[in-house]
Amino acid sequence: MTRKLLVLSLLLSAFMLTFSSQTFAEGSEEDKTSFIMHHVKDSHEWHFATFGHSHVTLPLPVIVYSGDRGLEFFSSSDFQSHETHAFGKEFAHEGYYIDEHDHMGRVDGASFIDLSITKNVVMMFIVMIVLASLALSAANHYKKNGAVAPKGAAALIEPIVIFVRDEIAKTAIGPKYKKFVPYLITLFLFIWFGNLLGLLPGAANMTGNIAVTMVLAVLTFIITNVNGNKDYWKHVFATPGVPIPMLLIIVPVEIIGLFTKPFALMVRLFVAITAGHIVILGFIALAFIFESYSIGIASTLMVTFINIIELLVATIQAYVFTLFSAMYIGGAVAEHAHDDHH
Amino acid sequence: MDLITPGSGLIFWQLFGFLGLLFILIKFAWKPMLAALDERETSIENALKAAETARNEMANLKAENEKLLAEARLERDTILKKAHDASAKMIEEAKAEAVKTGAQMIENAKAVIETEKKAALADVKTQVATLTLEVTEKLLRKNLSDDKAQKELVDEFVKDLKLN
Repeated sequence: MTRKLLVLSLLLSAFMLTFSSQTFAEGSEEDKTSFIMHHVKDSHEWHFATFGHSHVTLPLPVIVYSGDRGLEFFSSSDFQSHETHAFGKEFAHEGYYIDEHDHMGRVDGASFIDLSITKNVVMMFIVMIVLASLALSAANHYKKNGAVAPKGAAALIEPIVIFVRDEIAKTAIGPKYKKFVPYLITLFLFIWFGNLLGLLPGAANMTGNIAVTMVLAVLTFIITNVNGNKDYWKHVFATPGVPIPMLLIIVPVEIIGLFTKPFALMVRLFVAITAGHIVILGFIALAFIFESYSIGIASTLMVTFINIIELLVATIQAYVFTLFSAMYIGGAVAEHAHDDHH
Repeated sequence: MDLITPGSGLIFWQLFGFLGLLFILIKFAWKPMLAALDERETSIENALKAAETARNEMANLKAENEKLLAEARLERDTILKKAHDASAKMIEEAKAEAVKTGAQMIENAKAVIETEKKAALADVKTQVATLTLEVTEKLLRKNLSDDKAQKELVDEFVKDLKLN
């Protein structure tokens, strides 16, 4: 156990090194913690490390759509200074620029849509490839061998599939669970793998991005309401057992409730994962703020500890998101036996 | 890019990426996998049920066998008892027969002995009568000559009689 902790600490120290040169190269107190927000947010390039003045980055494609100019493709390095590799309004390229807060803009101020393959999009593709290759090779096992005991990738995926089916879908949705199991499995695995891979040094904070959690929450919202039965809508617009004057208050509350559910899903996952990343990076930043070896050792130990907790959080958040999705769907498809009496 | 404003590009890619992933995984991974799991669970359930049925059948067979065995044992006992009774009866009859035959034989022997005895006695009586007649005849002959000689003659004849 101690040996494993030491190995982990060493790995994380290597992670810290990727930031150290960057922060020492810059200088003010503000810059020593700026890498935290830089890591947590999305970016048009994938920045791994800075050694002195040389940057280790992966330039990413910038895709822009505008009504007058159509679809255009660039590289993120087009919008950077050649010396400092920093974005800025002054490094505009073909009428577009990326400012120092990584915001895309157009020089003439006209409207456009930024469809760039950002760091989080790449991260999302990596997660999808890992997930799809595991899931497909697991499915292949059954295709080849028939319904036998799992082996290889199937041995990893099968318990999760059974867990989502039996513990989440069956218990939270009820008798009509079968239709929703594939969606819930995909949701669970995507969030879980995203959370876990996001913890790797240099990885992007994909599941801690509000756009990602928003899309997932909206999908759950759509599935819930498309599958809502008569009882579900009756409870929203004509809540049974409530006097008519009270409906004036209850119905708006119920309608707001439809939207607060996915909103809670979106915010919960975003906050839990982003907060975890900020805490870890905050401990790492301590070493640079105090510029002391003892603090460095202590903060590294703390980072190791927080990382272990984050592994737990990664799983719990994936479980919670899937479970709540299943519960909302379950509420929409449930048959109420008591509706005749109201 | 701000922390709490969702970026348009990311929404776009996440939406279509996730829907694509969903489609591929549902079609090629989860459907076959869930079907295989269902199939396996059904086959396990069937196997368990079959085992249960087989066990019940075994129990039934065993019970039936025991019943048959008990019946066979009962039958054997009856047969043995019958045979025993029959043999006992036969022995009894044979004994009775033997006793009867023995008694008959003894009776016959007794009858034969009786007849022989009577015949012998009749014979003895006839002989005694003859001898008496002879003695009397001789005595009468001697008596005619001498008293003494008569007496001697009687003695001699008596002696002769004894010898006979």
